[in-house]
Order: sequence, then C-alpha cells, then structure tokens
Amino acid sequence: MFHSSFDAVVPMLCVALAALAVMGAEAFRSRGETMPVGGLGIVGLIGAAVSSALLWNRNAISFGVIVADNFALFVTITLVIVGILTIMFSSPVVKRDGLPKGDFYALILFSIVGMMMMASANDLLVIFIGLEIMSIAVYVLTGIRRDDPRATEAAFKYFLLGAFSSAFFLYGIAFTYGLAGTTRLDRIGAFLAAQSMSDNRLILVALGLLLVGFAFKISAVPFHMWTPDAYEGAPAIVTGFMSTGVKAAAFAAFARVFLSAFEPFSGEWAPIVWWIAVATMILGTVVGVAQSNLKRMLAYSSIAHGGYLLVGLVAANQVGKAAILFYLLAYAVTNLAAFGVIALLGTKNAANDELRDYAGLWHSRPALAGLMTVCLLSLGGLPPTVGFIGKWYIFSAAVGAGYYGLAIIGVLTSVISVFFYLRVVVMMYMSDQPATVVFPPVSTVGMAALVASIVVILALGILPTPVLNLAAESIATIF
Amino acid sequence: MDGWLGIVIMIALGVGFAGVMIGLSLLLGPKNPTPEKLAPYECGMPAVGNARERHSVKFYLVAMIFLLFDIEIAFLYPWAVALRDLGWPGFVQLVTFFLILTVGYVYVWRKGVLDWGPAIRARRPTEGTTAPKAA
Amino acid sequence: MPETLIFYLLSGLAILTSALVIGQRNPMYSVMLLIASFGALAGLYVTLDAPFVAVAQIIIYAGAIMVLFLFVVMLLNAPHEDGAEWDRAHPLRQPGVGRFGALLALLLVVQLAWALLRTGSVDVPVTGAVDAETISSVRLVGRTLFTDYVFAFEATSILILVAMVGAVVLAHREGDRG
Repeated sequence: MFHSSFDAVVPMLCVALAALAVMGAEAFRSRGETMPVGGLGIVGLIGAAVSSALLWNRNAISFGVIVADNFALFVTITLVIVGILTIMFSSPVVKRDGLPKGDFYALILFSIVGMMMMASANDLLVIFIGLEIMSIAVYVLTGIRRDDPRATEAAFKYFLLGAFSSAFFLYGIAFTYGLAGTTRLDRIGAFLAAQSMSDNRLILVALGLLLVGFAFKISAVPFHMWTPDAYEGAPAIVTGFMSTGVKAAAFAAFARVFLSAFEPFSGEWAPIVWWIAVATMILGTVVGVAQSNLKRMLAYSSIAHGGYLLVGLVAANQVGKAAILFYLLAYAVTNLAAFGVIALLGTKNAANDELRDYAGLWHSRPALAGLMTVCLLSLGGLPPTVGFIGKWYIFSAAVGAGYYGLAIIGVLTSVISVFFYLRVVVMMYMSDQPATVVFPPVSTVGMAALVASIVVILALGILPTPVLNLAAESIATIF
Repeated sequence: MDGWLGIVIMIALGVGFAGVMIGLSLLLGPKNPTPEKLAPYECGMPAVGNARERHSVKFYLVAMIFLLFDIEIAFLYPWAVALRDLGWPGFVQLVTFFLILTVGYVYVWRKGVLDWGPAIRARRPTEGTTAPKAA
Repeated sequence: MPETLIFYLLSGLAILTSALVIGQRNPMYSVMLLIASFGALAGLYVTLDAPFVAVAQIIIYAGAIMVLFLFVVMLLNAPHEDGAEWDRAHPLRQPGVGRFGALLALLLVVQLAWALLRTGSVDVPVTGAVDAETISSVRLVGRTLFTDYVFAFEATSILILVAMVGAVVLAHREGDRG
C-alpha cells in the first residue's frame, strides 16, 4: 500500500523543507541578525515548480492519496506563482511594519504546503488536513500585526467562523465515510455511482455539509460574512495572498470532490451551486459598488469572482473545467498584483487603503497608477487583459452547457463591476491628490514583482492559447 | 470489554488507597486546632495576600505547546500497539513525524517560550527594589 | 447484566457531573467536574468497544484541553463567575434569552426522543461489513493509521507545527530576543 513512490509528494516536499529551513533559521539566528529567508522560500517554491514540470503527464500517485495529475500540477504551479509574488511583495512590507520576518515567511510557506495538499489530495481526510494547515497559517497571518485592533478583530472573526466551517466539513467527511466506508475520492465515486437518491438520503446530508465547508473557504454567498472584515483587517499583502491562494486551493479541492467523487449526484448539487453562484455574483458586485475602502471593495470583488468560478463549476463541461483552471491563474495574478499595489503604497502608520487616498495617484506615482489601472481593467474583464479571456471562457462554457441565465447574470454583474473598478481609475487620473496622504518610496523588489505580474496579465490577455491548451490538457486526464 | 478488568481493579485500588489513607488520618490523627495551625503555610511567615494571583499570559502559551505535544503522544499509543505488524517502515514513519516536530520544539525553545524566569522576577516591580533586567 | 449496569452507572455519572459543571459558581470546580464528566464518557466509549477513542478522550480532552481551561481560569482569576456588575447586566442574561435557550433545549430533547423511538435496531453498523470489535481494536487503528493513512499522519505533524508557530507568533512577547 505504501512506499510505491514519493514522486507525487516532491513539489509540496520542496516547499515544506523550505518552510522548515526558514523556521530553523528563525530559531537559530542571533539577536538582531537578519537572514535572506524570503529568498530561501523562493528557492523552495521554484523547486516545487520545476518538479511539477517534470511530473507533467506522468500521473504519479504517492501513498495512494496524493495524485500528481495535470490538474493538481496546474494548480500547484499557480500556487507557486502566488507564493513567489507574495514573498516579493512582502519583503518591503515586513521591513516597514516590523513584522516577525522568519515567522511570516514560514507561515506563508506552510500555508502553501497545505494548499498544494488540497489541490492534489485524492482523499477527503488529506483535503481536510491540508485545509487546516492552510487555514491556521492564514488566521495567524491575518492577525500578525498584534498591536492593531482591527487586525486582531479580523483574525478573531475569521478564526471563529473558519473553525465553525471546518466542523461542517469534517461532519460531511464523517457522513461520507459512514456511507461509503472510505475517504478515498475514487472509491467514494465508485460507491456513489452504484447508489440512487432514493436509496440513501444521507448522501444529501453529506453533500450539503461538504458544500458548506467549501463555500465558506471560497467565500460564496451566504457564507461570505467573514470576508470583508477579514480582508480589510489583514495586512494588504496577506489579503492578496488569502484572496488568491486560499481561493485557488479551495476551488481545486471543491472541483475535484464534486466533479469526481460526487459526479453521480451532480443532478442534486448543480441546482444548489447554481443559486449560490447567482447570489455570490450579484451580492459581490452590488455591495462592492457602495464601498469607500479599496481593500473592502476588492474583498467584495473577490466574492464576485468566486461566483464566476462557480459558474464554471456548474457548467461542468470540458470548456467549463478548463476555464476554472485558467480563471484561477488569471484571477490569482491580477488580484495579487492589485493588493501588491496597496501593500506598496501603505506606510507603517497609515494603510492608505481608502479610495480617496488614491485620488491623483497618477500625478505622484505615474508608474504605479498605470500598473494598477491594468490590474483593475483585468479584474473588470476588459480586453486586452487576462481577465477578459478568463471571463470569456467561463461564460462561453455556461452558454455551451445551456445555462443561459447564468451567463446573462454573469455578464450583467461584470458590467456593473466595471463601474466600480473604473471609478478608481478615474479617481487616480482625474482628481487632485489630498495633501494628507504621504506615499512611501517604492521598493525595487516590490516593483519587480508588480511589473512581472503585469507582463503576465497582458501576455496571457493577448496570447492565451498556450496556457488555455495546458489547462484543457490538465483536465482531460482526470474528469 | 474483557481486557478492562485490570484497569477497573487499578482504578479501584488507587481510589481505595487514597480513601483509606485520608480516612485513617481522620480517624486516628489527634485533632487540636488553633488559628495558627489552620493558617496556610508559607515558609513559616504570616501569609501575604491571596494565593489566587493572576497568572502571566506567558503560561498559557506553555499550556498550548503542551496541548500540541500531547496530541503527538496520542498518536504513539496505536503505533506502539501495532508496532509488531508495522515493522521498520512503521518505525521510520514515526521517527519522521517526530523529527518534524522536533524542529518545532527547537523553535519554541530558541524563541524563549519555555523560559519564564525573567517574567517572574519582573512581576513585582513595586516592592521597593527594581526588578533586575532580563539578560 | 453487568454491561447494562455499567452503562447506567457511567451515563448517570456523566449526566450528573455535566449538570454540576453548569451549576457551579466557582469556575475551578466546573473545570474539575468537567474532567470527571470526560472520565465517565471515556468509560462509555470503552463499553462501546472504542478503546482508542476512550484513551484519546483521556489524554487529549481530560489531559491537555482541560489544562488549557484551567490556565484560562487562572489567567482570568475569577473566583465567582457572577461577581461583576457587567456580568449580571450581560445581554445574554435577559429572561427572554433564557426562555429561548430553554425552548431550544426542549426542542433538542423532543427531537432526540423522537429519533430514538423511530429507530428500531441500532446494533447494525452502518457499513455492515465487519463487526465492531474488529474495526475498533487499537491495533487495527494503528495498522490503518500507518498504512492507508500514513500520509495524513505525516501531514498532521506539519499541522501541529503550524499551530505551534501560530501560537508563538500571536501570544509570545518578543522581549527576550530581538
């Protein structure tokens, strides 16, 4: 049963070893000594990316529960990109805010290990452990500025509700195990294929509980209550990390569980997810319009984007599944870059994250204003950015699967969302800068990360075909 | 259910022994109380203040670390019982588990979570002498 | 019928101590009684042929988690829970809230009674494949844990590690080293 091969574990092992090394370095550094621990983390992440590339098309399985199929590897590489960008954006932030450097990077890396585990797990229990590793690290990261009452409140809320949702998820696993006698997804799928709804109504209970657990993590309506507060209270770069990494990992696990193990019951869950998708898109967009804080606005925008991803899940045809993967990558890079701008513009004492703080940014920081504009256009789904291609594929998948209503609602909410993204753009270019706002000098590393993400956003927006093919190839092998 | 008789006997013996000892001292011991004898003993000095002093939050962290290592111990039990079936692979698995947690132990130790000496000295700064600065 | 007798003894003990936990005014006594309640529950698990759960109950709940509870009680240093004025004026102490809670409790009791009356036989395990004695032996738990679930087991060490780092980051005052 075991010792078959370690191959499939190698990507997450690279990151885990880097995290352990960072922890060790933090433990053994002498007082006041600084170490390039961020670089250590990036080395581990690159190791994960390289090993993922080597594992491509090999469908390696380790311990029977970790599968390195192309789907998992695609998400893993997305997570690596999220990780590297986060570390680069963090390096000036950690110094500026006086955050505990070693602990900060160790937590980021550990939570990426958990995310990778979720993306490649073929077992509900492993998904749960990955979920907890990720969540605990992110709870702590949310409250890492201990002297800030808002951050502490955010962490507390996030932790309480997160623990609650974990209990739902675990309860769902328990029901599934009670019914199928196994936690392996493939065996659950085989078991469920032989069942019918009238045989066992408990399946619906298990399904519902798992759905609640996932819906919380992807902050889908009505389980989104924690999102605005947690996103606003956390340091901007942590918000960027959790709105992209956590969402990508949770969606990967969500898609795998519901499209493989619970596929036989898609007739039962698809209508529920349909409603959740509609509610999520509408609420995220409509409430987002009313926000005056940029981080809070992006929090609602991230809720809405979760809704678009759910559209892909409902329209679970080949295009839809590939579109989920592509959209995850597109959204991750774009959103992280937007939060990166906020993080780079904040100072230790002023977060500078109100919308009015961005008025006239074009006059004082033209480069940042330009880059932020690209991010916002991509979030709004305007060409020639990657956000446009992502939305195009999601909605065409919905149309292809016959979900016209979903596609129409998606397009309408996208149009509304363009309004609030463009509002920021207009403020940046057309208004005068308030005298009270002082922006710090922008660090080279942070700027490099920003430019790199903008290059990705535009390159994938203009030439999406290779990556789209990869995404299509990724899902072809498993579902 | 069958193998549990020994444990029941053990519990009964433990409770019985303690009960008998307390009962015997109640029955046989001379009772001759004075207010001095009933006062709580504090090194022969008159008691100062309440014993239920508020604890430093530092100790809570120690309790949390204890909880985490306690969970680790809980895994040892099924491992120990199944060790003969598992053989060397099982041994290697547990050693890996422990090595990873040892990193945590070293981290916690080096971070100074486990030494609470300076806090105890610094806790009573109002008693005339200034508390010595933590080294 | 020693088994039935043990069951009633342990359940009675568990119910009694749990009721006393909420009845006590001194939180320290509550914690101690909760430990007794956990002990009785562990005994019940043994009668259900789940020795590993029983031991985990003792080691983790009665051992570690209750130590954590005790520390909280000692940190807050509250000898009697209703000592303060703000506590008596707490919104949760309004009579309406109390009645709502009582209603919920009543609902739970009715629901449990209804479920028990409807259930015919509870002897059959859900999967029905193996007898309870076999699936629950500690040895088998160990064997399954270190073969089928070995990855989950190793991943748990990372989980514990993250919790450790988190506890240190959030609660430790970095005054001793900079």
